[in-house]
Amino acid sequence: MARMKFLCDADRCIDCNACVTACKNENEVPWGINRRRVVTINDGKPGERSVSMACMHCTDAPCAAVCPVSCIYPTEDGIVLHSKDLCIGCGYCFYACPFGAPQYPKVGNFGSRGKMDKCTYCAGGGGAEAPGSAAEYEKYGSDRFGMGKLPLCAEMCSTKSLLAGDGDVIAQIYKERVLKRGYGSGAWGWMTAYHQDIEI
Amino acid sequence: MTFLVRIRLATVIVLLLGLMLAVPAVAQKLGPDGAPNPTASGTSERDLLKQVPRAEGRIDIPDVKAAVLIQPAGRTWDYFHEVLLHWGGAAIILGTIGTLGLAYLVMGRLRITAGRSGQKITRFKAFERVSHWLTAVSFVILGLTGLNITFGKIVLLPVIGPEAFSDISQIAKYVHNFTSFSFVAGLLLIIVIFFRDNIPEKVDLDWIKQGGGFIKGKHAPASRFNPGEKAVYWLSLLAGISVSVSGFVLLFPFYGTNIADMQIAQGVHAVVAVLFVALILGHIYIGTLGMEGAFEAMGSGEVDLNWAKEHHDLWLARKLANEDRQTHASATPAE
Repeated sequence: MARMKFLCDADRCIDCNACVTACKNENEVPWGINRRRVVTINDGKPGERSVSMACMHCTDAPCAAVCPVSCIYPTEDGIVLHSKDLCIGCGYCFYACPFGAPQYPKVGNFGSRGKMDKCTYCAGGGGAEAPGSAAEYEKYGSDRFGMGKLPLCAEMCSTKSLLAGDGDVIAQIYKERVLKRGYGSGAWGWMTAYHQDIEI
Repeated sequence: MTFLVRIRLATVIVLLLGLMLAVPAVAQKLGPDGAPNPTASGTSERDLLKQVPRAEGRIDIPDVKAAVLIQPAGRTWDYFHEVLLHWGGAAIILGTIGTLGLAYLVMGRLRITAGRSGQKITRFKAFERVSHWLTAVSFVILGLTGLNITFGKIVLLPVIGPEAFSDISQIAKYVHNFTSFSFVAGLLLIIVIFFRDNIPEKVDLDWIKQGGGFIKGKHAPASRFNPGEKAVYWLSLLAGISVSVSGFVLLFPFYGTNIADMQIAQGVHAVVAVLFVALILGHIYIGTLGMEGAFEAMGSGEVDLNWAKEHHDLWLARKLANEDRQTHASATPAE
């Protein structure tokens, strides 16, 4: 089984936010929820880097560990999915997530959170709905993965900064790039997400 | 060869030599393909996270908390919540229950030594009892729903299944959130109305020296509240304020707080709550099973005279003297 991962080559990211738009459109993500975002480090200063970030589908996912109703789990491909039928909107996954991935619709006064929403790797949902069904699309978004496709954010990245796919393959692509061009600011988040760094 | 040509040649040689010397310096700034190296001053994740606890930057969306790119502390909080809190919390709460069970087996129910007199005296007025039970009922609800969030998935989930457990936890979350208000109201009332009688006095030292009434044959003098009760008051005050403040921070997530503040708030809330539950378990034990005649004080508000004599002699003496003066005063005909 392939282990699916994301890798953002920050030396290629141009902060165009096409990945954000692609994700929102493909999954019909509601207003106020951002499954993917681009963060610019050292904005306007020397060494500025932009990184596109969403759920990294961590190894030993901390969100899954802390969930009080155990509604988050990894699939065979290492994709971290969750069931919105079981989620109680407690917000613990956001405290545990190293990447700020979980999102909550505002459902009431003050800090009331609705069912958690996050990047599904375009692999549908972790609930009882049939894969690829309209009911699943409504709740979780697209099931491109079930059709053999990768997440749309990475697929349509114009500079091919954002890579998705088998972790070993994308790590190899990144390694080759760094060797060829002679520099790289690292695979952002990999150490925290996968307990693994890409050594070059 | 003309002079001019010689000069040109010399210039070219000098330039070539200069270029040769300059190559290593240039190579450091250029990639193997000759393109300039933009990471000469670039930010790498590893260096950044060595300097700051989390990588933060600028975002194009209104959600300010999304500006945190990576916060490895999430994994630390996961470890706290899933390992330290589970094991520590279970040890403290089960340990307390075990200790209280042992105390019951060894000491049994502490009887009123002189037996019941049949005479009653008011210990807590209705308003005091209402304040106490408002806090107590809120506390039990908060305690059970709170323990469900931490231990429910270990204890309850395997028994009733994910769907039923999720429904219960969803309701428990809202109940926990809203009961907080009645708990805080009750807590503030208790803090105010019992404050004066819980100020430590000299006689408290004597009470401790006499073994707090646990040693047979020794009399421990006490005012309205003995040092044991005062400890419950002051610890409840501290714990109550800590859980309330941290609880409201959690109830209003990211209202002027960042991710680290939220993690700390949850940690404080959970640790203090576990200790608070242990303290109140002891309080419940001594007020019900552990001591004869104690529950009536908060139940009907009236205690047996002999119970008061045994446990709160100074308070009883003062109260009787007061009542005496009042009956005398009212007995005097108004002129």
